Amino acid sequence: MSLRIVVTVKYVPDATGDRHFADDLTVDRDDVDGLLSELDEYAVEQALQIAEDADDAEVTVLTVGPEDAKDALRKALSMGADKAIHVEDDDLHGTDAIGTSLVLAKAIEKAGFDLVVSGMASTDGTMGVVPALVAERLGVPQVTLLSEVSVEDGTVKGRRDGDAASEQLEAQLPALVSVTDQSGEARYPSFKGIMAAKKKPVESWDLSDLDIEAEEVGLDGAFTKVEAVTERPARTAGTIVKDEGEGGKQLAEFLASQKFI
Amino acid sequence: MAEVLVYVDHVDGAVRKPTLELLTLARRIGEPVAVALGNGAADTAATLAEHGAVKVLTHDASEYAEYLVVPKVDALQAAHEAVSPAAVLVPSSAEGKEIAARLALRIGSGIITDAVDLEAGDEGPVATQSVFAASFTTKSRVVKGTPVITVKPNSAAVEAAPAAGAVEALSVTFSDKATGTKVTARTPRESTGRPELTEAAIVVSGGRGVNGAENFAIIEALADQLGAAVGASRAAVDAGWYPHTNQVGQTGKSVSPQLYIANGISGAIQHRAGMQTSKTIVAVNKDAEAPIFELVDYGVVGDLFDVVPQLTEEIKTRKG
Ligand SMILES: Cc1cc2nc3c(=O)[nH]c(=O)nc-3n(C[C@H](O)[C@H](O)[C@H](O)COP(=O)(O)OP(=O)(O)OC[C@H]3O[C@@H](n4cnc5c(N)ncnc54)[C@H](O)[C@@H]3O)c2cc1C
Ligand SMILES: Nc1ncnc2c1ncn2[C@@H]1O[C@H](COP(=O)(O)O)[C@@H](O)[C@H]1O
Repeated sequence: MSLRIVVTVKYVPDATGDRHFADDLTVDRDDVDGLLSELDEYAVEQALQIAEDADDAEVTVLTVGPEDAKDALRKALSMGADKAIHVEDDDLHGTDAIGTSLVLAKAIEKAGFDLVVSGMASTDGTMGVVPALVAERLGVPQVTLLSEVSVEDGTVKGRRDGDAASEQLEAQLPALVSVTDQSGEARYPSFKGIMAAKKKPVESWDLSDLDIEAEEVGLDGAFTKVEAVTERPARTAGTIVKDEGEGGKQLAEFLASQKFI
Repeated sequence: MAEVLVYVDHVDGAVRKPTLELLTLARRIGEPVAVALGNGAADTAATLAEHGAVKVLTHDASEYAEYLVVPKVDALQAAHEAVSPAAVLVPSSAEGKEIAARLALRIGSGIITDAVDLEAGDEGPVATQSVFAASFTTKSRVVKGTPVITVKPNSAAVEAAPAAGAVEALSVTFSDKATGTKVTARTPRESTGRPELTEAAIVVSGGRGVNGAENFAIIEALADQLGAAVGASRAAVDAGWYPHTNQVGQTGKSVSPQLYIANGISGAIQHRAGMQTSKTIVAVNKDAEAPIFELVDYGVVGDLFDVVPQLTEEIKTRKG
């Protein structure tokens, strides 16, 4: 029995670079270096491991994003995914989480799936809600924020380490899982992988391919509106002392002056 | 006055602090109506009433503990139908965000996550968020449907504001999706006796510089003198020196205490993402060039194995 896995991956601005907003208060994705969200590498890794353990499996990576988002797909393909889908449309600019989940859900349905694997959060928006939203839309169980995951005989199992407890979860396929950065280091693409990726198929879909109206997505279709963005003022330079034997005492003095002790 | 639904985070009836902070924010927008689910739901009422809940809607069923997320979404949706609130506020935990998102989708609303402040506005509540590792502050609004907003811990002060807190049973019919994800086992986290990391007024953290699990005793000793929670960088967690539940940063907890003390932590962007909104920041690091010093109100360039024990001793002496 074949197992169809779709991995949702996001192309994000590099967190170690300068991230900023465009004039329309959306995240600037044009003037910055982008990459496959590091947290989605964990999703690709777990999908590949699940596929390796299955008799017959196919891993499709899916992204919704601008032209450059192809880079994220290439990276995932060079890690070992079989094929890729890029949903790209000018009308998508400014889409919020609710809209993104619509596009992802329609694309996942069109692609066909038994298991969806997502990251825990995107490194730019860091909402951590898209997987739950996609599960709600697809009407399949959400088995999210897993630090351990396995699939056997049509059942997905995993461990979710929450605030109050660590939970063992279980659901029947089709299902959606999301994995955390505790799920295991992602592999580096090999030279062979990088070469092979160049020949792997990347499909491009636009909104009409998914029967989505322009009004349902984009900045105008958004359910939320950013009204103001301000750069956080640089923290005023603090006092820095070099420890010459009294550093701990000096620090205590500072804490006392701030009424912490 | 419009009612505002507040989702209650509680453990067997003991209300967690972030929920009380939500009640403070909810009162800026309208009259808080609390929704408490699961074991001990009705026991939350007295505390919630003390902090401003005019009503407490409660419902208990085994589904809340036996299945993930969806039963709670069903219940919150039932509460939304019963109350027609002006907004729905949910604590910004991992689970809280998932519940809020699915609710928003079902009721045709937008969602804002991780708000750090909330004000009433002419066109509905305005949420303040801190983004890109706290290098920007944004103000946003939900423009369609009932605003659903999740709020981070330590975003508002807990205030006493006695209200009726009348307990009412909420009637909930679970959807056929409610039992999709089964919780087959649950291991509660062992209590350390220290404050909850995200709720603590003071956090003392250790990084790679702590250099070993056994050395975290130095960090813990300082934390205990200050009544603080203990945090760790990812490097310390990945090395197996401290549990992941204590990790501060992008993929760990986001904290916003009155005082954050970073020991042997370089201050990488992903770490800063989780602590940069702390009111006062202090660091001890032997490298004067460490980026963490760009953030500090007070920094000591020195070996943490000298500085931290001396600090702990000094606090002890001063306390007498
Ligand atoms: C997708 C992603 C997510 C991430 N999420 C997180 C996260 O949630 N949280 C997080 O913390 N990191 C996260 N990271 C990792 C982050 O990039 C850094 O690698 C990490 O924060 C470094 O931890 P550190 O500061 O303890 O270690 P280092 O960067 O190695 O710094 C150690 C510091 O200790 C100092 N030191 C050493 N010995 C002593 C001594 N005896 N006395 C005083 N100072 C000493 C050194 O000078 C140095 O500055 C993430 C990375 C990625 C890619
Ligand atoms: N534009 C996108 N394209 C593909 N996947 C996405 C996109 N946005 C979010 N995701 C997926 O949803 C997860 C959580 O994202 P978020 O809710 O935005 O933090 C990510 O780790 C991805 O797996």
